[in-house]
Amino acid sequence: MFVYIVRRLLQMIPVLLGVILVVFLIMQMVPGDPAVLLAGEGASAETIAKIRTQLGLDQPVMVQYFHYVTDVMTGDLGTSLRSNLPVFDEIMARLPATIELAIASIFVTVVLGMVAGIISATKQYSAADITIMIVALLGVSLPSFWLGLSLIYYFSVKLQWFPVAGWGTWKHMVLPAITLGTAGAAIVARMTRSSMLDVVRQDYIRTARAKGLREQVIVYKHALKNALIPIITVVGLQFGFLLGGTVLVESVFAINGLGRLIVDAIRMRDLPVVQGGVLIASVIFVFVNLLVDVLYRYFNKRIDLN
Amino acid sequence: MPGQQEKILDVRNLQTHFFTDDGVSKAVDGVDFSLNKGETLGLVGESGCGKSITSLSILRLIASPPGKIVGGEILFKGQDLIAKSEAEMRKIRGNEISMIFQEPMTSLNPVYTVGEQIAEVLRLHQNMGRKEAWEKAVDMLRLVGIPSPEKRATQEPHELSGGMRQRVMIAMALACRPEILIADEPTTALDVTIQAQILELMKKLQAEMGMSIIMITHDLGVVAETCDRVAVMYAGKVVEYTTAKNLFENPKHPYTIGLMNSLPRLDEDVEELVAIKGNVPSPFNMPTGCRFAPRCPHATELCHSKLPELLTSDDGSKVRCWMYTPEWDGASKTATEMGV
Repeated sequence: MFVYIVRRLLQMIPVLLGVILVVFLIMQMVPGDPAVLLAGEGASAETIAKIRTQLGLDQPVMVQYFHYVTDVMTGDLGTSLRSNLPVFDEIMARLPATIELAIASIFVTVVLGMVAGIISATKQYSAADITIMIVALLGVSLPSFWLGLSLIYYFSVKLQWFPVAGWGTWKHMVLPAITLGTAGAAIVARMTRSSMLDVVRQDYIRTARAKGLREQVIVYKHALKNALIPIITVVGLQFGFLLGGTVLVESVFAINGLGRLIVDAIRMRDLPVVQGGVLIASVIFVFVNLLVDVLYRYFNKRIDLN
Repeated sequence: MPGQQEKILDVRNLQTHFFTDDGVSKAVDGVDFSLNKGETLGLVGESGCGKSITSLSILRLIASPPGKIVGGEILFKGQDLIAKSEAEMRKIRGNEISMIFQEPMTSLNPVYTVGEQIAEVLRLHQNMGRKEAWEKAVDMLRLVGIPSPEKRATQEPHELSGGMRQRVMIAMALACRPEILIADEPTTALDVTIQAQILELMKKLQAEMGMSIIMITHDLGVVAETCDRVAVMYAGKVVEYTTAKNLFENPKHPYTIGLMNSLPRLDEDVEELVAIKGNVPSPFNMPTGCRFAPRCPHATELCHSKLPELLTSDDGSKVRCWMYTPEWDGASKTATEMGV
């Protein structure tokens, strides 16, 4: 297990180099010159040229990339073009809100999705099953910004149960977490249902019944643990989408998180912040994937990680 | 003989049907047999004759829908299991009546250790604590002949061979010292040498614990090896019900005779094995008369039109065949002609 984790950590290096390269190239292709934006309207060509030299933007792309990668190796993500603060500090200031949002949302995804899926599977073709599957279909189809705005309208504006925007208390978390977690919950519900339906037909479930166990024990102890592998896979993938989704949800709910930082940075052509932000998000996602693989092994010892 | 012994299970006119989109499948349609304390009853027949459904019906483990026990009685120590509530049945399952299955490879839960799976049944029915149940589970593994049981108890099913897993299943089924063990083709999926070991083990434990066994099998070799009495099933009904000795020495029902004739023999040099012609009738569309009539070499108009009863013949065995009734006028003639 230890060897496996070390090997996976080493494998992260080429993945992250690739991420940096892709982000770097995309930012190069985006129209607009950061120096022009920084210099402000009506700046002279001379000023702009000076800024370009300062930032190293006059150098060939490959050289810029090389410099950036060597800096990252030493832990330096560069300096924000806009605020002149170290990128690392900027990201760290914003990261906690995003992590909290992601965890709250994945909680919604897992709990809501699995409970709905289990009810669906154990009461196949019942009214509850059909209702859950229709709601799940809607959940997958709803755009999160629309869902977010609707929730704000009903629960914040009309009922005044939750704050409209911002971040800080648990009340701030509820609506964004539901907004961000719903689509995932719908997918998890569908996966849980099909996985459970497959497992309950297995011979060992018949054995469990022949032992005289109660139906709840059969479902939650004997069936669920076997059904978890595909569910964990889906949850792991959902986490990736969720990190992407934070951008929209943070905008809708005016949360100062990593997603908004990156969006603002893209608008300002603040290249170091964009790169740093995407890099950190990628690191988180790669770690989540590793966690998923380790969980596989935990839930099913037949899986040989090596 | 049967009459004097204590009857522990009495199945009367059991009917289990499956209600599907294609119609009603009468998988078990009026099955009668009884089981005495300490004896082994064989339930014999080819695939689809209803023997597994019969055994699952006894434990009320038929998936409903589509299955349903539509009639009959299952008297366990005088009490009808069909009338019991689900909670009452849970107290019986795995405790007083246990079951082992045909597929040892898939009958154990792959994500729990075998020790946990045995201990679970002990904690459920015997109110044992975690530690006590674990120790008893290890004892059970030792009892069924698994070497280094302490270590094996901590392993998961995939680390064990098929024969070992069937031993684990037996350990689990017998942990609470049930009065009846239903063994649904317990050796079919195993190698021949392992088969013999498992049967031997079951016989030994039966002698030690004094339980009764219902041995479901299509293997007449297993019947000869283990059973005291045998119920031969065909298309959802018992067609012959007799002692194992009688079954081999003097089979009566044409289907049983067909089964016997289809066995390979060591004492005769036969080029080809004899098969019973035709196929098992579809459970959705059973013949109106005797269900074996379409395949029977002796069938007459009477057989095709009317279903015979399960009647006791002169040597005490029961058979469902017109040939052994007064209505059968040409019985001896036909039987001689057919070389029975």
